[in-house]
Amino acid sequence: MIFSRTLLRRHSVLPGFDLALGFALLYLSLIVLIPLSAAFLKSFTLSWSEFWAATTSPRVLASYRLTFGASLAAALLNAFFGLIVAWVLVRYQFWGKRFVDALVDLPFALPTAVAGIALTAIYAQNGWIGQFLPFRVSFTPLGVFVALVFIGLPFVVRTVQPVLEDLSRELEEVSATLGANRWQTFRRVIFPVVMPALLTGFALAFARALGEYGSVIFIAGNIPMVSEITPLLIMTRLEQFDYAEATAIAVVMLIAAFVLLLLINALQAWSRRRQGLA
Amino acid sequence: MSAIPLPTPAPGLPGAARRRTATEEPAWVRRALIGVAIGFMTLFLFVPLVAVFYEALARGVGVFVAAVTEPDALAAIRLTLLVAAIAVPLNLVFGIAASWAIAKFDFRGKNLLLTFIDLPFSVSPVIAGMLFVLLFGAQGWFGAWLVEHDVQIIFAVPGIVLATIFITFPFVARELIPLMQAQGTEQEEAARVLGASGWQMFWRVTLPNVKWALLYGVILCNARAMGEFGAVSVVSGHIRGLTNTMPLHVEILYNEYQFAAAFAMASLLALLALLTLLLKFLVEQRVRAQMRQVGDRSE
Repeated sequence: MIFSRTLLRRHSVLPGFDLALGFALLYLSLIVLIPLSAAFLKSFTLSWSEFWAATTSPRVLASYRLTFGASLAAALLNAFFGLIVAWVLVRYQFWGKRFVDALVDLPFALPTAVAGIALTAIYAQNGWIGQFLPFRVSFTPLGVFVALVFIGLPFVVRTVQPVLEDLSRELEEVSATLGANRWQTFRRVIFPVVMPALLTGFALAFARALGEYGSVIFIAGNIPMVSEITPLLIMTRLEQFDYAEATAIAVVMLIAAFVLLLLINALQAWSRRRQGLA
Repeated sequence: MSAIPLPTPAPGLPGAARRRTATEEPAWVRRALIGVAIGFMTLFLFVPLVAVFYEALARGVGVFVAAVTEPDALAAIRLTLLVAAIAVPLNLVFGIAASWAIAKFDFRGKNLLLTFIDLPFSVSPVIAGMLFVLLFGAQGWFGAWLVEHDVQIIFAVPGIVLATIFITFPFVARELIPLMQAQGTEQEEAARVLGASGWQMFWRVTLPNVKWALLYGVILCNARAMGEFGAVSVVSGHIRGLTNTMPLHVEILYNEYQFAAAFAMASLLALLALLTLLLKFLVEQRVRAQMRQVGDRSE
């Protein structure tokens, strides 16, 4: 009764608003909001200088560099190849297309630990792919990058694909009629419409990569200062029962994640407007 | 996804046997792009998938069967099924409640609620696990109380269930909300006007209207619940036969250099992933058709 009287903007004949919203809020608070605020409150038990020391020690800084750097590189690679995959799936007919389309979602469905050991095995020096490479992948920072590429691909493809499907063919015809060649049409007509979705997919892949743990720890080698990602560092601190320091690092990562979430929401709104204009 | 009709050469026009239209790329570009896309997918997705099954069976079927039927492996399988059996229904009920409120009513704070529902997607699994350690661990908020009453949550099954619920929290709600928003409220209002009770309306009108999207959300939620590694790893304590889920069992075997056994266990999870993809593929088409139907009706 409380919710329907205070929150509803318009009266509705449908029942169940109080029950549904009440249950949703209770469950949301118990599972998500209260635990999340616990992390922030815990980090307040540290003084500012302790917090600063915990989150900026050389080992932590090295882990940020690796995590953010590898995530950025992987998201960039995924943006490039993801656009090609999405384009090929939407525009061309070829043998095995449905299979390829379904395979795109594999990283969503395959448990990360399974992906981790499989990638480690094939990119090891005697592995199926690793033996042909002149440099080492498994147990180096490059391994982190490979795992994050695996994790991020579907985010780009599945964000760009629907936009490409809705793209109006007439615009391209007009462009061709006005004398543009195919590359000019792509660059000046198609790409501007797809760009917000591509950025969204890029940001989603980047955000996912920042927090990724399961697929990375097997292939990374986990050498402090070299191939140790931030989530693993949090894990290590927890195993040493150093909860305050673990929480401090986690809060830094949470803030980065929330900023990205806001950015992604803004990008999606922009993408919808762009499509509406097209 | 509408198939793009291939340009058919105009009949009777000589030399038009196969000329590309102005909105097509040259054949060599097309072939190159298809090649790049398939090459990239093969290198990063297909080869790892094949490798799992190859490594699982590399030492023979006997080793595989032994690895997945030894007591610790069976305990891990049972625990994984148990955790999913608790987490998925709870998130299903939440998903229905949240999407009913969000999609069918206009209220203040709706956008904030939507953002909160998405939060777990942006939290690293390790941090998700850590949150519950901070609450229920020995040094946590409720730690002392729990020790006093001899209740164990962290390093026990309840902690694993909680961490899994957190990680899979948004899946069902996110699939339901857009469809229910698109469907609007007319059918439910009609049911009410015709005298249906609230629950009759829910079971006979609302639920049948969203059943495919619901199934889709449950499939995704279940796959993640059974495969979750990072969050569960923090709260589990890795006690063999007691708090080891299938992904954690894979890790233990792998770290002990029992590669064949690790991949055997991993191949079961990979089979689950393939089954998920197949079901997703089948259900997705129904959801898309339904979305289109709703779109046509509102035009």
